[in-house]
Amino acid sequence: MGMTMTQKILAAHAGLESVQAGQLILANLDLVLGNDITSPVAIKEFAKLNKENVFDKDKVTMVMDHFAPNKDIKAAEQCKMCRDFCGEKEVTHFYDVGRMGIEHALLPEKGLVTCGNVVIGADSHTCTYGALGAFSTGVGSTDMACGMAIGKAWFKVPSAIKLNLIGKLRKYVSGKDVILHIIGKIGVDGALYRSMEFTGEGLSSLSMADRLCIANMAIEAGAKNGIFEVDDITLEYIKAHGAKEPTVYKADEDAVYDEVIDINLSEIEPTVSFPHLPENAKTFDQFGDIEINQVVIGSCTNGRLEDLQEAAEIMKGKQCAKNVRVIIIPATQQIYLDAMEQGLMKIFIESGAVVSTPTCGPCLGGHMGILAEGERAVATTNRNFVGRMGHVKSEVYLASPAVAAASAITGKISSPWEVMNYEV
Amino acid sequence: MKYEGKIIKYGDNVDTDVIIPARYLNTSDHAELASHCMEDLDKTFVTRVQQGDIITAGFNFGCGSSREHAPIAIKASGISLVIAKSFARIFYRNSINIGLAIVECPEAVDGISEGDRVEADMDNGIIRNLTTGKEYKTAPFPEFVQKIIENGGLINSIAEGIIK
Repeated sequence: MGMTMTQKILAAHAGLESVQAGQLILANLDLVLGNDITSPVAIKEFAKLNKENVFDKDKVTMVMDHFAPNKDIKAAEQCKMCRDFCGEKEVTHFYDVGRMGIEHALLPEKGLVTCGNVVIGADSHTCTYGALGAFSTGVGSTDMACGMAIGKAWFKVPSAIKLNLIGKLRKYVSGKDVILHIIGKIGVDGALYRSMEFTGEGLSSLSMADRLCIANMAIEAGAKNGIFEVDDITLEYIKAHGAKEPTVYKADEDAVYDEVIDINLSEIEPTVSFPHLPENAKTFDQFGDIEINQVVIGSCTNGRLEDLQEAAEIMKGKQCAKNVRVIIIPATQQIYLDAMEQGLMKIFIESGAVVSTPTCGPCLGGHMGILAEGERAVATTNRNFVGRMGHVKSEVYLASPAVAAASAITGKISSPWEVMNYEV
Repeated sequence: MKYEGKIIKYGDNVDTDVIIPARYLNTSDHAELASHCMEDLDKTFVTRVQQGDIITAGFNFGCGSSREHAPIAIKASGISLVIAKSFARIFYRNSINIGLAIVECPEAVDGISEGDRVEADMDNGIIRNLTTGKEYKTAPFPEFVQKIIENGGLINSIAEGIIK
């Protein structure tokens, strides 16, 4: 029986000729990731394992991004614990304030992941690296601790849904609209325990930024991982970022899928997910005026340079609506620098937006943009659960950078097609 | 393994942000996490939960963030078992890894009400509603998972050389 792309990667990392859905395996890991929230729990668990060192100091990475720069004393203590651990164990890839970025934007940028890798991260959005043709999945702190100790993790081999992409996205429509559309279609547990494998002729029109964004939100459909077939765009990206030699896996012709879903990119419209679940996806013909208090453009989902460029194109020469706080968060230091050199910061600041240092901050209601009771935000982040960005009676509407930028200008949830007078 | 307790019942898609809001993730202290468990979904949970109580929930319990703080908070608050129609996968493996007992059984969830007393015999896969007298059958854990739970979680399994 043929294997899916994910199954082939897992078989190779478990030292097996083949695997099948449902099989429990122990797989070798190419990278183990943690952040300033999940690593402290893992460090405490690691101490119980009586291991002097991590399994490979080049294959463990910690990124201080959630509550960093430290939001309070407790957060500072947590970062210190990570810093001390990485110093003592001589962990090569420890990223602290000044060199860090939001982990899932940072790791691909630094070339730490390549095609065919198996990566676990104590952060649910670790599935992002599936965009690079890697098997990459979120786990908890105990898995992280054990991964750091023995370089292995247990997995139940997943079955898969095949997403067959056709057509080409229209202007001001991006990867975010694609994934919100898909989650709207299959639901927040539509891919539970399974892989989402993205393939098809439409792939060639999607940039790496689009693919990273789509893979990032596979978890919001409950998926174990999201993975993209490797093509020239992937290989160019891998090379440009100095990642290790890629190993390209392709699904077998006779691979078995639970479901095959065709997604016509040409038909996708700007999409907004309403509170309080990412599956509440709506297009602009389905709702009226909704006034907002805040806009956040950033996060591991949409804080990349392409996202900021799209937002800047829409905001250039315009003013943010009165009474709307617009917060722009470049995901890494490099993106920050590139955005500055390209004049994007000037556009944002002149429009009345604030630009922050990289941090996960408001996405999870940590800091840097918390909502008060009854407030509404349009955010390019990934979750709109109850209380996610602040008060339990606040609301988050998930959208693309283009929709967020258009909404920043009008003060209500707005389509970039309308704001830019774009004829569809 | 046997569990007995009073039922606290929730619906579908209970996410880890409501189980333990991110504003409390600046600590990993079990008792402190437990004191905020379920806060954004049910403020009464911490005052009425008793040692041994059992949570039942609908589909996709524990979706969202991978924070292990969520099963830790539930376990530390005294909950002995979670019965759901389905679990989000990271929450599922986190629970196994830290030794919080969880089981999928849609029929039991539909047949059990808030406040019922329930007994679960996980060796034989039987959930018994002591209030109504009804019984529900569940599938046992796979052997590999059973081994991790029997050894008190993943850390012990590795420390004792059961997983190398």
